[in-house]
Amino acid sequence: MPVSNVIELRGIGKDYAMGGEVFSALKSIDLDIGQNEFVAIIGSSGSGKSTLMNIIGCLDRPTRGDYTLAGDDVAKLSANQQAGIRNRQIGFIFQSFNLLPRISALHNVMQPLIYQKVGLSKRKKMAKEMLEKVGLGDKLGNQPNAMSGGQRQRVAVARALVTQPSLLLADEPTGNLDSKTTEEIMQLFEQLHASGQTIVIVTHEPDIAARCQRQITLKDGAVVSDSKYGGAI
Amino acid sequence: MFMVLESVRSAFSAIRANKLRSVLTSLGIIIGVMSTIAVISLIQGLRASVLSEFEGFGANQVVVFPSPSDAAASYGLPQNITVDDYEAVLDAIDGFAEATAQVSVWGDRIRFGEESSGASVTGVYPEQYIINDLSIAYGRPTVAGDGTARNPVMVVGQSLLEDLEIAPDEAVGKYVEFNGDWYLIVGVLEKIGAVFGQDQDNVAYVPFEVAAQQSAVEPSVVIFVNVFETDNVPFVLSRIKQALRLQHGISGDMPDDFQTFTGDQAIAQIDTITGVLTAVFGGVVAISLLVGGIGIMNIMLVSVTERTREIGICKALGATRAQILLQFLIEAVVLCLVGGVIGILLGSAIGLGIAPLIPGFEAQAVIPLWAIALALGFSTGVGVIFGILPAAKAASLDPIDALRYE
Ligand SMILES: Nc1ncnc2c1ncn2[C@@H]1O[C@H](COP(=O)(O)OP(=O)(O)OP(=O)(O)O)[C@@H](O)[C@H]1O
Ligand SMILES: [Mg+2]
Repeated sequence: MPVSNVIELRGIGKDYAMGGEVFSALKSIDLDIGQNEFVAIIGSSGSGKSTLMNIIGCLDRPTRGDYTLAGDDVAKLSANQQAGIRNRQIGFIFQSFNLLPRISALHNVMQPLIYQKVGLSKRKKMAKEMLEKVGLGDKLGNQPNAMSGGQRQRVAVARALVTQPSLLLADEPTGNLDSKTTEEIMQLFEQLHASGQTIVIVTHEPDIAARCQRQITLKDGAVVSDSKYGGAI
Repeated sequence: MFMVLESVRSAFSAIRANKLRSVLTSLGIIIGVMSTIAVISLIQGLRASVLSEFEGFGANQVVVFPSPSDAAASYGLPQNITVDDYEAVLDAIDGFAEATAQVSVWGDRIRFGEESSGASVTGVYPEQYIINDLSIAYGRPTVAGDGTARNPVMVVGQSLLEDLEIAPDEAVGKYVEFNGDWYLIVGVLEKIGAVFGQDQDNVAYVPFEVAAQQSAVEPSVVIFVNVFETDNVPFVLSRIKQALRLQHGISGDMPDDFQTFTGDQAIAQIDTITGVLTAVFGGVVAISLLVGGIGIMNIMLVSVTERTREIGICKALGATRAQILLQFLIEAVVLCLVGGVIGILLGSAIGLGIAPLIPGFEAQAVIPLWAIALALGFSTGVGVIFGILPAAKAASLDPIDALRYE
C-alpha cells in the first residue's frame, strides 16, 4: 500500500556559526511523514525540535539536505513560492501564539486570507466560521490582550486552519497553557486528525506525546527513536 | 490593486492605533504644507485683487509715453511725445482704435482759502472721460469749447476736495488757485478708490489747451489708446510704433525713444511678480517637506524595528516581500497624505483668517485648486521617497529572524 508522503527529509542539517565555531543544531535528519499522520516530536531542551519544525514549516532553510514537501523540492523554490507554501499548505501554531497585537481575533484569523486575495466579506465569513468551530464565536471582536492564553491559542489554531492547509505544524502549542486548556486544544487536534488532517506537534509533555499516533525523539540534533519503527534507531 | 486596497486599510488601522505618534510623525509635512497653503493663498489673493483693479484697464488698451532716461541717454536729449506726434498716431490708427492725449502740469499746490492740496493736475481732451471710463458725480466734464476758449475750468476728484475742505455737492461754482491762476470748478468726479495704494481721487483735470499754455516749451504728452477689437492690439501697436519712429526720424536698428504699455503686459507683469514670489516660497517649502520627509523616514525605520515580530508573523502567514513592501510604503504615503490634508485645512484657515489682519492688505485669501493638488502630490512623493527605505528594510527581513526578534 503506497502511502503518499507529505514530508520527506533526506540528510537535513542545520549549522549555526557560533563565534568562529560551527554548531550543528541538526546533524542529518531522515524522516518521512505521510498523509493524515499525527506525529509528536519530543526531546530534551536544545535537542533541535524547533529548528526542525521551522525547516518543515519553510520558515527557515536547512544548511544541507533535501526537503520535499507534497512533492515539491523546497530548496528549488523562490522566496515568493515559499511564501505561497506557508500561506496555502502549512498552518503553523507557535508556543507564544504570535497573534498580531493591535487587531481583533476576527482580523487575526482573516490575515492569512489577505495574502490569498480573498475578498473582504468572504474573508470575514470564513474567519468567523473557523472561530466558531474553535469555540470563540463570542470573542470575535476581542483583541489578543483581552483574551486568556487558551483563547489566544485557539485563535492561533483558527488562523492556522482557516486556509485549509494540508499540514498543521504546532511547536509546543500547549507549552503556555494550564491542564484544562491543554485538554481543550488536544481534543481539537484529535478531532482534526479524525477528519483527515496531517498534524505534527512538538512537545516535551509525555502524556501529550502519548496521545499522538507516532512519537519521534530527537537528541543533539539527531533522531534517536521513532515509534513507527518500533522505538530506538 | 487588491493588495493596495488592503494596505491602505491596514495603514489606516495602524495610524488609528497610534494617533498621537502619527500626528507627531507627520508634523513636518503638516507644517510644511500648512505654511505653503497659507502663503500661496495670500499671494494668490493679492494677485486676484490686483487683477480686478486692472479690470478698468482692459486688455484692449495701450498707453504710449516718453522713454525714461536710459533710452534718452542713447539719444542725448529726452525725447518728448508732442501734440504733432499724437496727431500722427491718430492718423495711423484711424478706423482701428480711438485715442486721447494728456499732459501733466507741474507747479504749486492747489489752494482754497487757508487749505491746499498736492493733487496732480492733468490737461485732458474730452475723449479722456470716455477712454478712461470716468464718471461725473456733480456738474459737467471739461468740453471741447473750454479748450478752444482757453477757459480756466477744472474737474476735480473727491480726495482733493477733502483736502480743501469743500463738500463734493457744493464744489461746483467755487474758484481755486493753481500756479497763480484762478480756476472755476465745473465738475466733480465719481470716487474711484486706490490702485496699487495710489489714490485715484487726488486729481484735477483741466482742458488740454489750458494745460499746454502753462509750459514755455512744447509739452510732452501721454497717449491713451482704446483698440476697438482686442485681437487688433498687436497690429495697432505696430502702427503706433511705425508712426512715432517716422515722426522722430529713428532709423532701422535704433531703439524706440518712447514706451508702450498694454493691458496684457500689465497682467503679464503681475503674473511674473506673483510667479517669482510663489517659486521662492515653493523652494522654502520643498526644503521643509524634505525635513518632514526625513522625520517620517526616521519614525518609519523605528516602527519597522518595533514591528519586526509582526512582520515575522505576517511572513509566517504567507506574506511575500512585495506585499510587506507595499504595506509599509503605503503606510508612509498615507501618513504623508493625512499630514498633507491636515496641512491644507490648517493653511487655508490661517490664510483666510490672517488676511484681514494684515494692515494695508485689502485682498481676500484665495486657495487655488492647483495649490491643493500640488500639496497632495508633494506629500505623496515625499511618502514614496522616504517610505521606500524603511519598507525595503521590512520586506527584506528573514521570516525566522523576524519571529525570533525580541
Ligand atoms: N539562531 C541561532 N543561532 C545559534 N544557535 C541557535 C539558533 N537557534 C537555535 N540555536 C541552537 O540550536 C539548538 C537547538 O535549538 P532549538 O530551538 O531547535 O531547540 P528545542 O529542541 O526547540 O529546545 P526547546 O525545547 O527548549 O524549545 C540549541 O542548542 C540552540 O542554542
Ligand atoms: Mg523549541
